[in-house]
Amino acid sequence: MLRKRIIPCLDVKDGRTVKGVNFGNLRDAGDPVELAVRYANEGADELVFLDISATLEGRKTLLELVRKVAHEVHIPFTVGGGISSLSDVSDLLGAGADKISINSAAVLRPDLINELVANFGSQCIMVAIDARNDGGISYVYTHGGTRSTLIKSLEWAQDVTQRGAGEILLTSMDRDGTKSGFDIALTKEISKNVTIPVIASGGGGKHEHFHDIFTLGCADAVLAASIFHFKEIEIKDLKQYLSLSDILMRL
Amino acid sequence: MNVVIIKYNAGNVQSLEFALNRLGIDPSITDDHEEIQRADKIIFPGQGEASSAMKYLKNKKLDQVLIQLRQPVLGICLGMQLMCDQTEENNTKCLGIIEVNVKRFEGSLKVPHVGWNNIVKLLGPLFSKIREQDYLYFVHSYYVNVCDRTIAQADYGGSFSVALQKNNFYAIQPHPEKSSDCGIQILDNFLKI
Repeated sequence: MLRKRIIPCLDVKDGRTVKGVNFGNLRDAGDPVELAVRYANEGADELVFLDISATLEGRKTLLELVRKVAHEVHIPFTVGGGISSLSDVSDLLGAGADKISINSAAVLRPDLINELVANFGSQCIMVAIDARNDGGISYVYTHGGTRSTLIKSLEWAQDVTQRGAGEILLTSMDRDGTKSGFDIALTKEISKNVTIPVIASGGGGKHEHFHDIFTLGCADAVLAASIFHFKEIEIKDLKQYLSLSDILMRL
Repeated sequence: MNVVIIKYNAGNVQSLEFALNRLGIDPSITDDHEEIQRADKIIFPGQGEASSAMKYLKNKKLDQVLIQLRQPVLGICLGMQLMCDQTEENNTKCLGIIEVNVKRFEGSLKVPHVGWNNIVKLLGPLFSKIREQDYLYFVHSYYVNVCDRTIAQADYGGSFSVALQKNNFYAIQPHPEKSSDCGIQILDNFLKI
């Protein structure tokens, strides 16, 4: 039977791991390759790297980083952040990334999803959706959560599925960095209404939160960052805990 | 040992190369017919879409080279599917090395089947030292039913073939190069066949 996945996320800026709260206030969280190796050894099922470098130098550093990670780590990893063209994707996959994640560029020009799928296959195209609740309706935000759109999160999730995306990484901006629990209602609504796997992100703080997002939120995988970086939750303990409460885990 | 990874238009092979490096092998990645024919072991990887991959193989006449190989060949993911008769992915006629068809997952399942699944009913040298219920990493939308060529199975809305074998041709649906120690062991087993 297919296992539920625990995915640590590493936000990377100029070759270092950083972590913010509610999309701001960056803290240094160490060397990404060392962290990646540590997580793989602790039982992480996959890794996600989100590049938040703004400069060209930072982007070049990213490719070197991807190559190093592919060399050191033998579990799948996804790279996202600032990807907007076929050549970006080709470079990253060529350096050893297994999947790429696109966000703002897909919202600006949705056909990019179809083009990437046609060129590289669904299996390596993840669409990241940053969602924020406004008056009871969840809307899509872009550019690292700084720009609002009038697109409803559910409609966008269904659209990207139609266009051939292989997975959705759904981040609740309302919960991100708060450690108050994942957005169960949002994740459930989207997971139940698309036919591709949904990775829930934003708000994980306690073991129970992970349990609830898998059972009540119908998530296929869960992503978290700072609680793993700062060892507030150990991946091994978390997977043991979930396994004991009858959630299928790779132990 | 002379190991060749077949170079064509389906997917990146960087991870596969690194995984083989870890086993002390420096593979050549090539579409050169003679170099492929001379190799001790051949790996036929693949990601992406079946019909364009088949078209490319035919243009380069790699389809003819592949079916006539006598040394151990390992097809991975799309590589495995292309070794079969035919796939539902754009109704593509494949290499016909293993006489089974490839279908799309249907029903209420999430597709692609992404993640770690446990493997059972392991047969033969490819799974030497691998325990029943060990985990491998999968990412695919099409699958092969359990048949008399099946040498490993997993469950996703029912049993399906994790791996197939016919004579010198081995094929595996998940990605051993991304499946941690268990996957590395499978690659090592293949190199020792």
